Amino acid sequence: MKGEYTMKVEEKTIRKKFNNLNSNKIPKPNLLLHCFNAFWVGGLICVVGQFISDFFSYIGVPKDELGTSVSIVMVFLGAILTGIGVYDKLGDFAGAGSVVPITGFANSIVSPAMEFKKEGFVFGVAAKMFTIAGPVLVYGIGSSVIVGILYYFFRW
Amino acid sequence: MNNYIMAFVVGGIICVIGQILMDTTKLTPARILVVFVTGGVILGALNIYDVVIEYGKAGGSIPLPGFGYSLAKSVMKEVDKVGFVGAFTGGIKGTAGGITAAIFFGYIMALIFNPKTKG
Amino acid sequence: MGRRIGVQTVEIESKPRIISTYNIVGPKEGQGPLSDYFDRILEDDLNGTESFEKAETSLLYTAVSESIKKAKLKEADINYLLAGDLLNQLFSSSFAARDLNIPFIGLYGACSTMAESLSVGSMLMEGGFANYVVAATSSHFSSAERQYRLPLEMGSQRALTAQWTVTGSGAMVLGRKGDFPYVTHCTIGKVKDYAITDVNNMGVAMVPAAVDTIKQHFVDTGRKPSDYDIIATGDLGKLGRQFTEELLLEYKYDMKGHYMDCGEEIFDAQKQGTNAGGSGCGCSAVVATGYLYRNMLMGKFKRILLVSTGALLSPTSSLQGESIPGIAHAVSIEFGVIK
Repeated sequence: MKGEYTMKVEEKTIRKKFNNLNSNKIPKPNLLLHCFNAFWVGGLICVVGQFISDFFSYIGVPKDELGTSVSIVMVFLGAILTGIGVYDKLGDFAGAGSVVPITGFANSIVSPAMEFKKEGFVFGVAAKMFTIAGPVLVYGIGSSVIVGILYYFFRW
Repeated sequence: MNNYIMAFVVGGIICVIGQILMDTTKLTPARILVVFVTGGVILGALNIYDVVIEYGKAGGSIPLPGFGYSLAKSVMKEVDKVGFVGAFTGGIKGTAGGITAAIFFGYIMALIFNPKTKG
Repeated sequence: MGRRIGVQTVEIESKPRIISTYNIVGPKEGQGPLSDYFDRILEDDLNGTESFEKAETSLLYTAVSESIKKAKLKEADINYLLAGDLLNQLFSSSFAARDLNIPFIGLYGACSTMAESLSVGSMLMEGGFANYVVAATSSHFSSAERQYRLPLEMGSQRALTAQWTVTGSGAMVLGRKGDFPYVTHCTIGKVKDYAITDVNNMGVAMVPAAVDTIKQHFVDTGRKPSDYDIIATGDLGKLGRQFTEELLLEYKYDMKGHYMDCGEEIFDAQKQGTNAGGSGCGCSAVVATGYLYRNMLMGKFKRILLVSTGALLSPTSSLQGESIPGIAHAVSIEFGVIK
């Protein structure tokens, strides 16, 4: 009787075959295409940054304020592209090309801020703004403190 | 013109490194950002990332390791200026513009715009 | 009176009829291959409400109230509402039930809720505890993304094995009499976890549970795949479906020609960019209440096995490093089978 055969098949056989299927049959992403798109979109965003930097330089922004000024503009660009609903499409296409530049950092702050508006402006927007980007600040600033302390003692 | 080409290439390469990490490891985008920013801090502290900034210009400063680089350089500068307390004030001081802009514009965009369902 | 057969199956002797069904879906589902089988297709997935959670609530409310109207009944006639969804504290089910004057049993089975509510409802009727029961469930792409994954406007790439949560709600009204498809057996599943931790590969994570429940159903009832015109799993997706077929072959059950996955069929993966297919409680609900039910009424399917599948993880469990436990429940439904 069918039931008898089935009961004899042990679960560990099934599990083994499952693991086998899982390691072999999962489709892999098209790495080459992804890298190509990440390259030129990320590169283009940096070119935009360079253009803004040159423009500020040209209109006389002092050298030590240049970096900050460019960051502010790039963050603004990332924020507005997120607001109008374009940055997520860019992210789907360009992957790391949109995540890695500072515009991606802005996107990771603006997108939850917009998303949690329904829960109000204190506990929604303001509290959830850093759900994704928070770790970047914690680890970035945290590691800078360690660098600062080490630098104080070892002055290289 | 040369600046633009270098910015394009260097920025592109850093993004490709991120893409490879995204596709071949289990690292999520959020974790990759953490790795990149911390990496930038370390490489900036060791004066290694300086080369990337020198040749890549915006190609080095716009990607997130560039943010880490700013953090490292400003903290070291501040420690030189004011001593030990600079370790705690320098990082944020140097990157105040970017962080504040993100908070401020994030709030404004949330005021104006609503998220749309993906098509 | 019904009885337990085998290890996990209940034979429902009174054969509760599915006297009406109603489903309502979002725009994307309405553009898919099964669009002809939906009762209502939304143009705006907010459905005129202020938030995605409230929209999902309105979908569930509509599905339940319309299915009751279709059965020519009133809310007061319904003895139990069995419903569940994916959201924390069953947001949509609880708030839909608030506006319905029906004793409410909330259920959480993740995406397996359609078969779960249908099973429990059938057993309540078999026990003589109800004359009319409504079994319903819902899901919404945006409310699910918000709770489980990333903000909608965040730039990110979907993995090839990722699934698209269906925006939709389906409701079934069970009654005692009439010439309608009827429930004959329910197999309640056990939780199965084969250590998949990748939340982008949920279809595959649920395969062990689906295989186990389907296998046990066959063993308990003495049936085989060819006894069913169609066996429909909820949302294993394209890859999960392939794995399930292969693993059931180990038990010498050949599913070929008798097997489909609701998640795989509800979207056109190529045209709609949905990768591995649809998912969510609404997935098996809208396909069961639409495509499967209507084809039974038309005589195309005489006996089907609905196997809704669920992934019982939470955002917290994933962050704590836990793998994804799966569950699957099977309900056998017949219409016009000559004994």
